Amino acid sequence: MYKTKPLDHLILILGSLFLILPVIVAFMTSTHEAAEIHTKGLMIVPGDNFVGTYEKVLTQKGGFTGQVTGLNMVLNSLILGIGFAVGKIVLSMMAAYAIVYFRFRFATLAFWIIFTTLLLPLEVRIMPSYEVMSKLGLLNTYTGLIVPLLASATGTFYFRQFFKSVPEELLEAARIDGAGPFKFFVDILIPLSRTMMAAIFIIMFVYGWNQYLWPMLMTTDESFFTLMRGIKSILQVWVGSQIPDYNEAFALAVLAMLPPVLIVVIFQRWFIKGLTESDK
Amino acid sequence: MAYTPSQPRFGRFIPGFAAGARKPAAVAEPAGAKRVQFSPSLIPYLFLAPQLAVIFIFFYWPSVQAVQSSFYIEDPFGFGATFVGFANYTDAIFSPEYLSIAKFTVVFTGLVTFFSLALGLLLAVKADAVIRGSSAYKTLLISVYAIAPPVAGLIGMMFFDLHIGPFVKLAAWFGWDMQVGLNYYDTAFALIVVAVWKQIPYNFIFFLSGLQGVPVSVREAATIDCRSGFRRFWTVTLPLLAPTAFFLLIINITYALFDTFGVIDVMVKDKPANNPITLVYKVYMDGFRGNDIGSSSAQSVILMIVVFVLTIIQFRFIEKRIHYT
Repeated sequence: MYKTKPLDHLILILGSLFLILPVIVAFMTSTHEAAEIHTKGLMIVPGDNFVGTYEKVLTQKGGFTGQVTGLNMVLNSLILGIGFAVGKIVLSMMAAYAIVYFRFRFATLAFWIIFTTLLLPLEVRIMPSYEVMSKLGLLNTYTGLIVPLLASATGTFYFRQFFKSVPEELLEAARIDGAGPFKFFVDILIPLSRTMMAAIFIIMFVYGWNQYLWPMLMTTDESFFTLMRGIKSILQVWVGSQIPDYNEAFALAVLAMLPPVLIVVIFQRWFIKGLTESDK
Repeated sequence: MAYTPSQPRFGRFIPGFAAGARKPAAVAEPAGAKRVQFSPSLIPYLFLAPQLAVIFIFFYWPSVQAVQSSFYIEDPFGFGATFVGFANYTDAIFSPEYLSIAKFTVVFTGLVTFFSLALGLLLAVKADAVIRGSSAYKTLLISVYAIAPPVAGLIGMMFFDLHIGPFVKLAAWFGWDMQVGLNYYDTAFALIVVAVWKQIPYNFIFFLSGLQGVPVSVREAATIDCRSGFRRFWTVTLPLLAPTAFFLLIINITYALFDTFGVIDVMVKDKPANNPITLVYKVYMDGFRGNDIGSSSAQSVILMIVVFVLTIIQFRFIEKRIHYT
């Protein structure tokens, strides 16, 4: 069929470099000292300040914000990512189960109520969402950080598609064996969905970890800052200082992108599967 | 919701819209329920309750509130609100500032969508053609996918930094005195580069899986019938990719409109005065910085309408013209 030409490889290599080089440079630069970066610019070779920079970023209080350490921010990001992913899976599996396996009066209405949430991103209703949160007293809480993000139906539609592909015979067999709705859900459907759950967990974790605008508004108390929120604080330090802490800024950027990038690279297959094969 | 992965937005979850999907199924049918089902009872409501509760409190309530406060001018100190009808809307739409931001948003969205689709497609076509080494390329090309927009913005900011940025030095070499953060057009250029950089992997993944879904027999037939690779691409490959491309078009438009918030927020460093911003960023600035809740809400509602229109176009008009395989 098609013969590979050197040009194809050239394009792919250039493309890969264009995408990956900034990440490598960010990491390499973070291992140098700020003054060195200031005079010589960004680095492509490793420096000898790796331990120093990262230790400082992770443990020193007040590196960027005055009260919170990098480690705190990593933990908060993990709580947000995992909490969001788990919450999403639980809520959406239950809802998808109801929609696919039951015939009930308001099924179509429920479907549309859930469906419309896909139409309006959080960004456009950010101001009123914030007001609702402050009315409910949920500012600066993990609940306030996580739960409002769950108000969209992406997960439900993933699971709906998946449940629809589960053979009908399974339910028939289960019913003959006397399984009720709860037993079928817990004993058959959940074990059957394990790979799907894993794929969605990965996608949702990355999504939660990467949240920016919402944590920025929700958390004024620094002990709730996530890494993404920390990035905002770097900038406030950055503007107006003599020699900005380039290395620390890059180190924080590296910390902030490490988990998502690792997850995508390691779980590539699942990730792509969850992303592209929604009608399976 | 996606801001990330960045998430994912409407099209994908609609049957018939996924990459390589077959037929657009009717969404109105009761969610494609199974033939064999449990008998009616209260149990389904029990299972739906948590999701519906979250949706009502954190989606419908704020959305209704946005519409409501868009008709009021609220006292910034909380001393009540005055009903002003559509004044917030007309003030917003007819202000020169809003118009110039809207213009930038359209240009920005157009350029980001075009370049990230084109480059994603180019790389996918090449990766699809290259058999050896393709998994290494694949890993390299998608690894950037999961980087959050603000992190992309931060990296971009440093690459375009006046002191240490290599791009600034490169531009200076060509006689371009690049001043990102100070000069409107330079900042716009940097924003587009970073936004495209972050989005290429997403398009790459979908185009590649679309390409790999093309049956071998079709490819062979095409190779026999059509010698020119370029023509083969236009007449055979591209039409087969149309559903994927269309789905991605909508996703990329929403990405450029909404998900680039983080990129913009980091790169304009809180100084939007002489820097380009998008409409979503203005909603945030007016609401949280300017405390102008009425105007911010009116702008939110305008954006909601834009999203609705996009969705309708997606369903009604363009979908019908696309050939599903």
